[in-house]
Amino acid sequence: MIRCERLTHVYGRGTPLEARAITDVSLSIEAGEFVGVIGATGSGKSTLVQHMNGLLRPTSGCVYLDGVDIHARGVDRRRVRQQIGLLFQYPEQQLFDETVAADVAFGPRNLGLGEEEVGIRVRRALELVGLPPERFGARSPFELSGGEMRRAALAGVLAMDPRMLILDEPTAGLDPLGRREILGHITRLHRERGLAIVLITHSMDAVARLCGRAFVLDRGALVASGTPRELFADPAKLEALGLGVPQVTQLARRLRERGLPIPGDVLTTNEAQRAILNALSVRGRGAL
Amino acid sequence: MVPPLITVRDLHHTYRAGTDAATPALAGIDLDLRPGECLAVIGGNGSGKSTLAKHLNALLLPTAGEVRVDGIDTRAPDAVWEVRRRVGMVFEHPDNQIVAAVVEEDVAFGCENLGLPPADIRARVDQALRTVGLEALRRHPPHLLSGGQKQRVAIAGILAMHPRCLVLDEATSMLDPQGQREVMGTALRLCREDGLALVLITHAMEEAVCADRVLVLAEGRCALQGTPAEVFARTAELARLRIEPPEMASLGRALAAEGVAVPASVLTIDQLVEALAPRP
Repeated sequence: MIRCERLTHVYGRGTPLEARAITDVSLSIEAGEFVGVIGATGSGKSTLVQHMNGLLRPTSGCVYLDGVDIHARGVDRRRVRQQIGLLFQYPEQQLFDETVAADVAFGPRNLGLGEEEVGIRVRRALELVGLPPERFGARSPFELSGGEMRRAALAGVLAMDPRMLILDEPTAGLDPLGRREILGHITRLHRERGLAIVLITHSMDAVARLCGRAFVLDRGALVASGTPRELFADPAKLEALGLGVPQVTQLARRLRERGLPIPGDVLTTNEAQRAILNALSVRGRGAL
Repeated sequence: MVPPLITVRDLHHTYRAGTDAATPALAGIDLDLRPGECLAVIGGNGSGKSTLAKHLNALLLPTAGEVRVDGIDTRAPDAVWEVRRRVGMVFEHPDNQIVAAVVEEDVAFGCENLGLPPADIRARVDQALRTVGLEALRRHPPHLLSGGQKQRVAIAGILAMHPRCLVLDEATSMLDPQGQREVMGTALRLCREDGLALVLITHAMEEAVCADRVLVLAEGRCALQGTPAEVFARTAELARLRIEPPEMASLGRALAAEGVAVPASVLTIDQLVEALAPRP
């Protein structure tokens, strides 16, 4: 669906503050995929994804949406941004209107849709993020809790009816339940509505649990990509890049070092539980 | 026992007190914090964690009740600077805390405000940069550092003021895993080795389990308090308070329910490894 070809972005080109943010990055993401983008702070993750909906123009290289160069002459960039929704870090800072419903309506109204269609989309978007419109629509966005504000901002992007959703650290600053709620809604959007999801995160646990594939950036370069199982199989490499592996993966490796027959590629709590129970029963039989 | 460095007695705080928009945030908190002690404060968004933290260095003053730092009442006239040189805070966003164009000048900023002689400042800045492991980057512009390095610059700036207590208010939540390891490692070492009192305001349960004591806030009150093992054993109450136990505690419990001998006190990877595969 999206293909980035040899993407390079230099901020402040020709000034003393010139900084190369991403260098020669090529990747593609299929419709309906759930991918992660990981990398140390400053590795270029946000810069990369802001190219995917045309918000940033590459210094060199191309971005193709369904095979069409989005910066080619005659391409309607508003349509690109409608199809590829981007939720920034701390999106609640961009809520502005008097009511939640008016805030969510802003995007679709700008698309030139009729009021009836706008109303339908607003209600549907609020329902999708677990903010029932009859309860939340008329409230001020600024009276909501942190997690609710974040979900209201997500509804604003969903009301554009995108095919792909890019989320830049959507759980930062939320408490564990708020995190679980927003990730639950994102998972459902992917599973039930087939939205492609691009998730920027520092949580290796989230990558392990949710993503089919992940891209690893280091100082602006794409240095690895693969399934979480492939990536987390090499913890030393990830640590050298300022990253790590999920807690249960660390546990599994430590148990292996102590001689328990546990696969090293355990990714979730459930997998760890099964693997440990198996290993203990194998060892139990061995002792008999 | 060492006398407490910080005492909080029946602390109440109401934002916009006395107006129609009055919002109570803290409703009767009692707390003692001793030198060398590490306290984690956890609780859902809006439970009052940051409001409490800001009382510890007089960024906020009590609406009722009392906060004393090293015996000084934070509401006393002229207390503010005496309190702030004893209690330093690091916040969530590294970029909002940098004030100078070169790392060592940033670290010196607080000391300069104390009016110390230049030679003293030099010595304190050198020492603080060594402590956080950034002496090699002293001449760098802070905006070119990683998130973890910026937070360590902020910690160094506080250390140079020779504080007695460090408060980290979600200071690792914007950092990559490496930055989280750096900041937590530095803060815990200062607490264990140098007797600095440490307060961790956090949503990360794997950080809370490193503390000596955990305080759970809910609606501005202390809902639970105890050692990490005591607090995280109260699973039903934690669920009601919207708190998820650390992943290793949940996994340990699930295994125990299947008949594996895992003690209920297990909270960390190290402890679970010892329980399942003791060193021969």
